[in-house]
Amino acid sequence: MIKRSFLGLIKPRLQYDMLDGSTTAPEQIPASSVIVLFLPNMKRKNMPPVLKTGDAVKKGQQLFSCQGTNEEFVVSPASGTISSIEPFIGGFGKTYDKISIDVSQDQTVDANVDNLKKAPSLSTLQKVLANIPGNLPVDAMANTDITINTIVVNCAEADLQVTTSQLIVKSKIEDIKEGVKVIKKATNVPNVSLAVPEHLQSAVASIGLNIKKVSLDYPSADPKLLMKDAFGTVVTAGKNCEDHGTLFISAEAVANVGNAYKTGNLPVQKMVTVINKDGSKKMVSALIGTPVKDVLSFLKIKVNENDRIIFGGPMKGTAIFSFDQPVMCDTDGIIIQDKDDIPEISDYPCINCGECVRICPANVPVNLLIRFLEAGQYENAQIMYDLDSCIECGLCSYVCVSKMPVYQYITLAKHELAQIRTAEANNA
Amino acid sequence: MRNQTKLNVSHAPFWHDGGSICTRSVHIMLAALIAIIPGLMRYGMPAVGVISLSVSSAIFWEILMNLAMKRPIATEDGNAAVIGLIFGMLLPATMPWWAVITGTFVAIVIGKQIYGGIGGNPFNPTVIGVAILMVAWKSHFDFDEALLNYEFNFTMLYPIAALKNFGVSVLKNYNTTDLLMGNQIGGIGSSCGIALIIGGAYLMLRGFIRWEISLSFIAGVIITAYLFNLSNPEHYAGPVFHLLTGYTLIGIFFLATEDSSSPVNFIPMLIYGLGCGILTILIRNIGQYADGVILAVLLMNLVNPLVDKIRPKALGKV
Repeated sequence: MIKRSFLGLIKPRLQYDMLDGSTTAPEQIPASSVIVLFLPNMKRKNMPPVLKTGDAVKKGQQLFSCQGTNEEFVVSPASGTISSIEPFIGGFGKTYDKISIDVSQDQTVDANVDNLKKAPSLSTLQKVLANIPGNLPVDAMANTDITINTIVVNCAEADLQVTTSQLIVKSKIEDIKEGVKVIKKATNVPNVSLAVPEHLQSAVASIGLNIKKVSLDYPSADPKLLMKDAFGTVVTAGKNCEDHGTLFISAEAVANVGNAYKTGNLPVQKMVTVINKDGSKKMVSALIGTPVKDVLSFLKIKVNENDRIIFGGPMKGTAIFSFDQPVMCDTDGIIIQDKDDIPEISDYPCINCGECVRICPANVPVNLLIRFLEAGQYENAQIMYDLDSCIECGLCSYVCVSKMPVYQYITLAKHELAQIRTAEANNA
Repeated sequence: MRNQTKLNVSHAPFWHDGGSICTRSVHIMLAALIAIIPGLMRYGMPAVGVISLSVSSAIFWEILMNLAMKRPIATEDGNAAVIGLIFGMLLPATMPWWAVITGTFVAIVIGKQIYGGIGGNPFNPTVIGVAILMVAWKSHFDFDEALLNYEFNFTMLYPIAALKNFGVSVLKNYNTTDLLMGNQIGGIGSSCGIALIIGGAYLMLRGFIRWEISLSFIAGVIITAYLFNLSNPEHYAGPVFHLLTGYTLIGIFFLATEDSSSPVNFIPMLIYGLGCGILTILIRNIGQYADGVILAVLLMNLVNPLVDKIRPKALGKV
């Protein structure tokens, strides 16, 4: 954990980690006998589910949440038999079916995957590659309400400590090149740019795309800040980059799209940065759906009572509560934090020291905002104190002298407001 | 067994830079001690008594209010101790005990707790305490009278009051080095200029106070005093004299910089600091009071919420 510098005048310089010069191949986590998939089921309501225990699934098969609608599905990364289906509640009340699959020895491939041998099309990306490692934003690509005119391949990391994207850029540059071609053809988007950390510029020069430099200072790789700094477009508060016609796709997703079309196989190996309690780092490659307990036992990492396991990075990640939770398509990092390293959070009031205001990259008046959020006045917070401008980097909580959970209040407020808006729209 | 291991689950971020209110308070008190020690050595045990009583009674009032308001005891954040300590620094060494206790009562209860405790006070609690004492028992703040029984080898006149009463002619009794080294009478912790500057510089460098406020306060004092001095040197003392006498330096580094009552954005901090400086000199030069720091800080506290509305446009705001 990076602490405050001795001279407080110098703002904490949080920098994205650089991958060591010697690119080592990631360690392969042996295939698990049981994999776990999360199938979203928010839209199922009272419709009968499709899947039941004992069903056989094939690699590349679309598993739907209910009959009739094809909106919610997950693409199985392996073939086998469904051994259990349990309800699962994720963050902010999202509900899933937690599907455990006993992986079979011989892998049978679904006919769905054969689409990869045809010419690239949006529907193939959507149907086959929806859950490839790197989290391809297929919904935004297929959304007809917005017009995408620029695609940005984001080679920068999403969070501190994680080095997944850098390893992809260093080791799979040819796949990225191929993936860019495929995505261009499938989506008909004319402009493709690369957002690349300064030190990797030479590595991507061969792709021959418009290259935008990304600083190593956190959080400059955030899409909204990239839009402002690299593309000169300020994203309107409350909107996202897609609304302004720019779609960010992670380097890993692009590389996997390229690889899928090159080989005709479904990519299922997720590159993960595993960071142990002592800060030591390992790059591993794991089948999507591998439960985290298998990753930990392979790496011989011991997790004790009250330790914390984080999916993602230290600033924006998610703490998980079960060892069964699987490596998913957006799990760039797994961080194990010792219970002694977990910073305390307090319910102390804001003392108005202004650290958060001065570190906020979006100029949000956090000191005033937090007073409204504490009182539950979310709408005032949104209208008067720029709640929507927040880019969710977590720096306000990181520097808070009172140790307030500022970022948590902000995400809670955004969630509550979204719920109010949905309810209003439904009852209108 | 593994599945029974309970994990710690919470919301991001999972890091913290390690700062805390307690650390801030401790360092502010350390910096204050640099300025207090010369005062203690000069005025002896009465000064020790005043400072100790001030800190302990401030903590006592804090606990009492916490109990009365059924809030958790909040003394361990050190804020009450900081208020008590800085309050003590402003007093003459001969302040009677009941006045000290009344002052900290005003500071903690009226200055801070009735607004909801730490972070809620619109005025600097210490300044509120001192301001009310100054109005209530003016004679106890007359340093010349209060320190009558002491004998030192320098001019035994409170410089800023002497300037008010006798005009610029008294300036020849003081030299800058003496004023800087603390060879002047005054509050226990507010007269040793060099110690206050060292303490303040330490706090600014460590980021415990906001340098913008302190530096613009200094600029405000120097510019205004210089302009007055330029317009009529017969009437008005120069900037250095104003900077090194009265409560100016303690105001710059310890009073104006109180977190809750000062702005946090860059331009507002400059305006606030400059305003403190300008008002200080205006009150001293054309006002009725000898020293203007206390009232200047109070007035600027008053406009702080308004000034702090000047802030950069948030990202993507339309």
